[in-house]
Amino acid sequence: MNTSTTQISSAWRNHFLLGVLLLAAAMLMWRMVDLHVLRHDFLQGQGNARSLRTVSMAAHRGMITDRHGEPLAISTPVDSIWANPQVLSLHRDRLADLAKALGKDTDDLQQLIGSKRKREFVYLKRHSHPDRVQKVMALNIPGVALQREYRRYYPSGEVTGHLVGFTNIDDVGQEGVELVYDDLLRGVPGSKHVVKDRLGRIIKNIDSIKLPEPGGVLVLSIDRRIQYLAYSELKKAVLKHKAKSGSAVVLDVVTGEVLAMVNQPSFNPNNRRKLKGRNYRNRAVTDVFEPGSTLKPFTVAAALESGKYKPSTSVNTSPGYFKVGSNTVRDSHNLGTIDVATILQKSSNVGASKMALSLTPEQHWHMLARMGFGEVTGSGYPGESSGMLSDYRKWREIDRATLAYGYGISTTLLQLTQAYSILANDGIARPIKLTRVDDLKYVRDQQQRVIESSTAKQIRRMLQRVVEPGGTGTRAAIKNYHVAGKTGTVRKSGVGGYLEDRYLSLFAGIAPATNPRLAMVVLINEPNNGDYYGGVVAAPVFSNVIAGALRLLNVSPDNLPEAHSPLLKVAGGRS
Amino acid sequence: MISNNYTAANRRRYSLAESFHIDVPLMIGLLLTAALGLVILYSAGNQNEAIIYRQLTRLAVAFGIMVVIAQIPPQQLRFWTPWLFAIGIVLLIAVLAFGEGKGVSRWLDLGFVRFQPSEIIKITLPMVLAWYLADAPLPPKPSRVMVCIILIIVPTLLIAKQPDLGTSLVIASSGVFVMLLSGIRWRYIFSAMLAAIAAAPALWYFMHDYQRQRVLTFLNPEQDLLGSGWHIVQSKIAIGSGGIYGKGWLNGTQSHLEFLPERSTDFIFAVFGEEFGLMGILVLLTLYLFIIARSLYISAQAQNTFGRLVGGSIAITFFFNIFVNIGMVTGLLPVVGLPLPLVSYGGTSMVTLMIAFGILMSLHTHRKLLSQ
Repeated sequence: MNTSTTQISSAWRNHFLLGVLLLAAAMLMWRMVDLHVLRHDFLQGQGNARSLRTVSMAAHRGMITDRHGEPLAISTPVDSIWANPQVLSLHRDRLADLAKALGKDTDDLQQLIGSKRKREFVYLKRHSHPDRVQKVMALNIPGVALQREYRRYYPSGEVTGHLVGFTNIDDVGQEGVELVYDDLLRGVPGSKHVVKDRLGRIIKNIDSIKLPEPGGVLVLSIDRRIQYLAYSELKKAVLKHKAKSGSAVVLDVVTGEVLAMVNQPSFNPNNRRKLKGRNYRNRAVTDVFEPGSTLKPFTVAAALESGKYKPSTSVNTSPGYFKVGSNTVRDSHNLGTIDVATILQKSSNVGASKMALSLTPEQHWHMLARMGFGEVTGSGYPGESSGMLSDYRKWREIDRATLAYGYGISTTLLQLTQAYSILANDGIARPIKLTRVDDLKYVRDQQQRVIESSTAKQIRRMLQRVVEPGGTGTRAAIKNYHVAGKTGTVRKSGVGGYLEDRYLSLFAGIAPATNPRLAMVVLINEPNNGDYYGGVVAAPVFSNVIAGALRLLNVSPDNLPEAHSPLLKVAGGRS
Repeated sequence: MISNNYTAANRRRYSLAESFHIDVPLMIGLLLTAALGLVILYSAGNQNEAIIYRQLTRLAVAFGIMVVIAQIPPQQLRFWTPWLFAIGIVLLIAVLAFGEGKGVSRWLDLGFVRFQPSEIIKITLPMVLAWYLADAPLPPKPSRVMVCIILIIVPTLLIAKQPDLGTSLVIASSGVFVMLLSGIRWRYIFSAMLAAIAAAPALWYFMHDYQRQRVLTFLNPEQDLLGSGWHIVQSKIAIGSGGIYGKGWLNGTQSHLEFLPERSTDFIFAVFGEEFGLMGILVLLTLYLFIIARSLYISAQAQNTFGRLVGGSIAITFFFNIFVNIGMVTGLLPVVGLPLPLVSYGGTSMVTLMIAFGILMSLHTHRKLLSQ
């Protein structure tokens, strides 16, 4: 009896235990079904929320090249090191190692992470060197990760510094054509889904939502070889004459393209750490000056177009000065009675003034306005000045007289070069282009005749005499080529009038004079080593640069001496 | 014909398994589970082969010890039981005095080997209870029940003091399982339950702060997401995101992206759930249940009280381990540091486990010898 109840109760108990066991197993199973099936979507979402991230992909900024495809600005991929302070601040013991690898001060890093510990993103090192990146990432510190970016590199450095400009650390154009054509160059950043681990490191890319669209390639009108040449010649002259600054622009008069645009002082866009504001001004387009004698050809152009003058018309400049109201216009010495051509050749202020005063103010103004003075060139360069050409209705007699030789008007170097290119083009104005012109039809659609072809030719012929012996610009001469040009030596204005010993030395020229291809203006600001005449300081720069440029561009000489011609004659004889 | 020949041969010559006292179904179940464990460990350990070799070595040693234990006849085991238990208690006291470990004293360094004395108790407590209860007819008298309770409480408290709540819980439970199997009266069981409920506030008072935190976290894991709730929430996400078929071996994101803590050891089940899904878990649980069923069968076949009690306790304790681990990982139970048997990375507990299965095999294979 006793044993049987024990057995029964024992058997019942064993079944009970077994039941409990199975119940527990069933509980686990139910829990599994609950998690795996019923709450799957929610938990999956939670899991993805922890690991799936959308990150943006930097777009490759387009390259900037010269007209022959030589790179002037290229983007190379670099890594930036960043940290999630929320995570990193939990690993303060690693900060010393991290600071060492970053090349930073430990205390500074402590402070940075401490002050941003509520944030989720802080850059530790932008555009880091690959060695450093490797060292930092090898530490495997939680919360430290990389970001792919592009760094801009300018192979031509300071030679194209002003023209090309630069981008900021976020790859956005700040100056120069980098700014003008930012929309074209920038591209469109993409985005992608990635899996990140708990430390914020990207483990794998799942899919791209949008691929980044690389920016377009910008082909400039610049010829890098001419740019280099102009830069080195300008720099040499500025150093030689201890000048404050200098600029030069070379235009292809056939297309209106800028072949070179250089300034001194310049800067290296690859390292802007010590950059001062005065260094990165592109003076050729931002700074204005009084053009002085270089404006005389346009006074003469107005005189010729009025019909009152011919190149051979005589003007009496005796006794080397004349009074306009209470002011006196002076020449350096008495040139006597000379023709219009000689007025340009000898740069007579008196002659130019007398011609201007014989015209109506409107005629004079129209000529200058048509030449583009007082109006931006349309190169689109940021910060371009328009210069100043005042309303002729307010001109007094003395204003008209001084305007004739380039005072009381201001211009940029680019404007002045553009005006000379119109003379070179037989009177046709073409838009200034910073980008390469591939379709001449476009140029022809935009061009505009502003003076008579014969007028332009006559002025060019007169300007040739400036460079020939007896002229003021003999040093601008180029072997085997005819050069038309004009010197300018401008007294700088300052507070309370014109200053005694401060000059601008200018030379504006066209070559080859008989079949023009290039126009160039050189400006040397405040030469301070004795010489200051434009014909001495600026003209040699013109000669050296244009001689080289003509050779580089394979421009046929128009002034070969007889000794060299037999070859050509043989060639000609055949045909 | 053939079967007759087989049984005839069986009577005369023992098969290889029998001569080594190995229970083939149990052995197969254990090997399959261990193999599955290695597969998931490879993934959880980020495909680190060194981890696999180390675990493989441990498994080899543990299975070797199991085979060795299986050779010892149950009478021998029974004879040594009180002495082994006594040594275990002494070592527990020693470990409290000289032990080493990370802020807790669980390990004893004997110069040539470091081990946790609590592992000895895991084995010997059910054995010593069975040894004691088998001396007198069942169900035990109240006085004997009292002795049993003391035998349970002393090591439990010593281990809880280390502090190792998980292990002390398992050990106390294994003792309770022996008591239940011994057929003590229901009124004792109910009064013990009442006492436990009454003792709960006192227990709370004696708990360490981190233990209290775990209980609070268990009750409301979302309350402390960045702190101790993190484990539970992450492991639930890992399991749940696996879905019915899982993300595939080596493809678990939560585990591989280091969102899942302790993924090679206590939380390896979450990796399993994420990569193999509900189906994989069904396979694993089936293997476990097979091992438990075989163990219960063996203990039911035992020919004396000692064998039945020891065998039953081993089977139920094994189940209890699994239940607590999976319950913890899935958020059914508070976080207690218990490994998943045969799967989690780690050495000591595996050896203990295999010793227990060695005892089971010894009980079963020597039974036939006895019956002859």
